[in-house]
Amino acid sequence: MTAMPDARPPAPIRTEALEALLTERGLVNADAINGLINRFVNDVGPMNGAKVVARAWTDPDYKERLLTDGTAAVGEFGFSGPQGEHIVVVENQEDMHNVVVCTLCSCYPWPLLGLPPDWYKDPAYRSRIVREPRTVLNEMGLALDDSVDITVWDSSAENRYFILPQRPAGTEELSEDELAALVTREAMVGVAQVGAPG
Amino acid sequence: MDGIHDMGGEQGWGSVGIDPNEKVFAEEWEGRAFALGAMSGGLSGTNLDAFRHSLERLHPLAYLQDGYYGRWLACAELLLVDSGIIAEGAVDARANNLLGNETPEPADPEVNKPQYERGGGGSLREIDDAPKFNVGDPIRARDMHVLGHTRMPAYIRGRSGTVKAHRPAAVLPDSTAHFTGEDAQHVYTVTFDATELWGPEAEPATLNIDLFESYMEPRS
Repeated sequence: MTAMPDARPPAPIRTEALEALLTERGLVNADAINGLINRFVNDVGPMNGAKVVARAWTDPDYKERLLTDGTAAVGEFGFSGPQGEHIVVVENQEDMHNVVVCTLCSCYPWPLLGLPPDWYKDPAYRSRIVREPRTVLNEMGLALDDSVDITVWDSSAENRYFILPQRPAGTEELSEDELAALVTREAMVGVAQVGAPG
Repeated sequence: MDGIHDMGGEQGWGSVGIDPNEKVFAEEWEGRAFALGAMSGGLSGTNLDAFRHSLERLHPLAYLQDGYYGRWLACAELLLVDSGIIAEGAVDARANNLLGNETPEPADPEVNKPQYERGGGGSLREIDDAPKFNVGDPIRARDMHVLGHTRMPAYIRGRSGTVKAHRPAAVLPDSTAHFTGEDAQHVYTVTFDATELWGPEAEPATLNIDLFESYMEPRS
């Protein structure tokens, strides 16, 4: 185990120090670091997953492929890479709600949702969603009817779970792009539902 | 190993809130710590499982003190020191110097990357062994108390469940993290009822979790 962290310099300075040590040794460079940051700030995020959901809502054949082989179906959009080796898509139903966690660290389907948000990494979420999911979902703003069963998926290996939310009523006339705009990160992890527009 | 990282079912952590305006990286250093953490596996000649194990090796206070990206920074440093890429104490010495102190920096150590064979990129593997379990089989999670890395959380140990799905085989984290071999195995999603995990008064729910084959034993 590492030492008690009482007397270490602050994390921002230690980050600068480690980057400098590795840069001097020719092991990293600012372009590579900035490129990786830029990828996860601008190019990869919940907008990827939202496209997948909107396609599944509008194209029954795609939805079938998605539920059968998630990795291949999201690959049709070019979504692949680290933390996306094996994607399993789970569809929410009228009487069954699904929600995803990683109790041991914060495993998350990066190619579809980007890096995990604070609440997903919060010890309170990691500890409690497997034990009192209905209570936690309520706290997070999702009040499910008692008739809805809850299934929690703990991502303890290399399978990455992605929730296909229910399509809200009143969206029959919307285009795929308009539908995608309704889909939130929270709905694709299962701590929210997709609301009707307006 | 047991430790602060194994949070499933722990109590006392408070409530959960969503910040809809959250940035990917709240502060600039977090992005850089993420990038350095992401690169540290390759630079140190280790692997994803060793990185996850390094999270578990942090002192519990260090685990929490600087949040998720603080952990990534600390783990990058740990793996790079393990492999002799940088010296122990080099980061703190340089940080102190960046703060305007005059701290002697340690000499470079000898590079000492782990020597082991990988069966390919990523974690998934094709294996010839026939799966020992079928969908629908009743199983029990073994009562394992592993001293090193494992992906079997404590809250599952000894509990009875049912195989729900057969997933692609993957390298066993327990050995891969310690560079003693990949021991690729079948992986299964196993279903547990909340009452089996948390007692008869548990909130009604179903828990699905992925278990490596060696974490499981048959149950009649």
